Amino acid sequence: MLTIATGNKAVATAVRDAKPGVVAAYPITPQTEIVEQIAEFVTAGDLVSQYIPVESEHSAMTACIGASVAGVRTFTATSSHGLLYMHEMVHWAAGARLPIVMANVNRALGPGWNTWAEHTDAFSQRDTGWLQVFVGTVQEAYDATLMAFKIAEDERVLLPVMVNLDGFSLSHIMQSLETVDPGDFLPEYHLPHAIDTENPCGYGPMTGLNDYFRFRWDIERSTRDSVGVIAEVEREFAERFGRSYGPTEEYRCEDADVIVIAMGTLGKEAEVAIDLLRSEGVKAGSMRLRWFRPFPDLDLAGRDVVVIDRGYSFGFGGVIANSVRAKTGIEPYSVIAGLGGQEVTYNDIADFVRDRRPGEEMWFGVSEDV
Amino acid sequence: MYEVRIHSRGGQGGVTAARLLALAAFRDGKYATACPFYGAERRGAPVVSFVRIDDEPIKIYSQIHEPDLVVVLDTSIMDVVDVLQGLKGDGTVLLNSAHTLEGCAATCLHVDLTGIALATDLVIAGSPILNTPVLGALAKMGVVTLPSVQQAIREMFTDERNVRAAGAAYEELKI
Repeated sequence: MLTIATGNKAVATAVRDAKPGVVAAYPITPQTEIVEQIAEFVTAGDLVSQYIPVESEHSAMTACIGASVAGVRTFTATSSHGLLYMHEMVHWAAGARLPIVMANVNRALGPGWNTWAEHTDAFSQRDTGWLQVFVGTVQEAYDATLMAFKIAEDERVLLPVMVNLDGFSLSHIMQSLETVDPGDFLPEYHLPHAIDTENPCGYGPMTGLNDYFRFRWDIERSTRDSVGVIAEVEREFAERFGRSYGPTEEYRCEDADVIVIAMGTLGKEAEVAIDLLRSEGVKAGSMRLRWFRPFPDLDLAGRDVVVIDRGYSFGFGGVIANSVRAKTGIEPYSVIAGLGGQEVTYNDIADFVRDRRPGEEMWFGVSEDV
Repeated sequence: MYEVRIHSRGGQGGVTAARLLALAAFRDGKYATACPFYGAERRGAPVVSFVRIDDEPIKIYSQIHEPDLVVVLDTSIMDVVDVLQGLKGDGTVLLNSAHTLEGCAATCLHVDLTGIALATDLVIAGSPILNTPVLGALAKMGVVTLPSVQQAIREMFTDERNVRAAGAAYEELKI
């Protein structure tokens, strides 16, 4: 069905169509609309699911862990401080190899109190073992959420997936949305190591030195394997439903001398900047980074690179800028912009390209040279 | 691309008006985005919402700085907000008012949406509903078509008074 919807509504609708047996969630701006909408689906009978309105985000993730290990597809959504409050259990979900899907509506962290878009919340969960995808449109929020369940539940992966969407600029914008009938795109949930609820027993999770190390390696091995699984799932989605995705979304990159790398809505708005620059004769292209974990291989050889970071590692640099540097050996022009929802227009992005100084870092609107 | 900026106060329905306008444009077969700018949400505070309408998919997420049309649902805001800021030279202002704006440099249209809401008994918790009547005025201006406005309203609301109020605004607005 074709309609228009907000990013939040798109995520909730994808959850309805993925039919999780348990949804446990706690509201937080700007994510609240997701869990409200899911609650409405459950109330109206459009989604048959146990909706658990927990008392905190820590409990939301804990409830998902319990349900998931008992053999039930689960979903939760959060943002910002909510995500950090559940941090301990975010690690646990990955360590216990549970294919939980969570939407994280990216929002800045206080103080100062700020409810607008920033990627620091997701970056702070970087080393938990979750796969992370960042989306740039309402349609993609729907599609990526649906695919997230299939990727997470694949037996070659069995890791939780976080679907990230920018607070307000995507969560609250209305754009066109085409929903699908997933049919057998999503197979029945099957967890090979599910507990047997008919035969309850207790066991201690204490794990010795060598075994623990092997479990960590196993997470990394599955994360590496997830690259191929993600490609498979995205290819099957394209064949069935006609919309294709990859680890990055490239725009006019073929003959580009300079490439802009950004995530989320800034990555989409960058395409408008590219058209503007091309009309001035600048051979520019953009590469919207979709998968943050696993971080994709990037082919940037011989180009200038401008990275726009909506998150920062204090004392070290832009998170994506450093990732690009480590992956490719290229010294990008590192632009720190859009923190706390700071407005960044396509004209600003075009300026970043025009004024680029590879190897340097610039905090947009704060200082020209840092 | 046609860009609309809607000024209102929190609780007056400016955000919903933007969503209705985008939905109506979508039903007209156009691409549309509606994007509110949320401040610290509170009733009565000035709120601004943005709508973009185009024949091509829209990739812009930032705010509208040079609108083709400015809609003012509450003219008391004009004491504290420069609603004409950035308005294009050939742009238009649509006021919820029984009177025009004297000395306005831009094309200024006005229609008494509050009066229409009261006459249609479209009042919730003591506040007249402005977001559905204003869609009728926008249809009269040709931003969207009246059938799409009626369809959009019916998709979001069940109370037919909303459709009647939009029809009344369509009739009353003088171009």
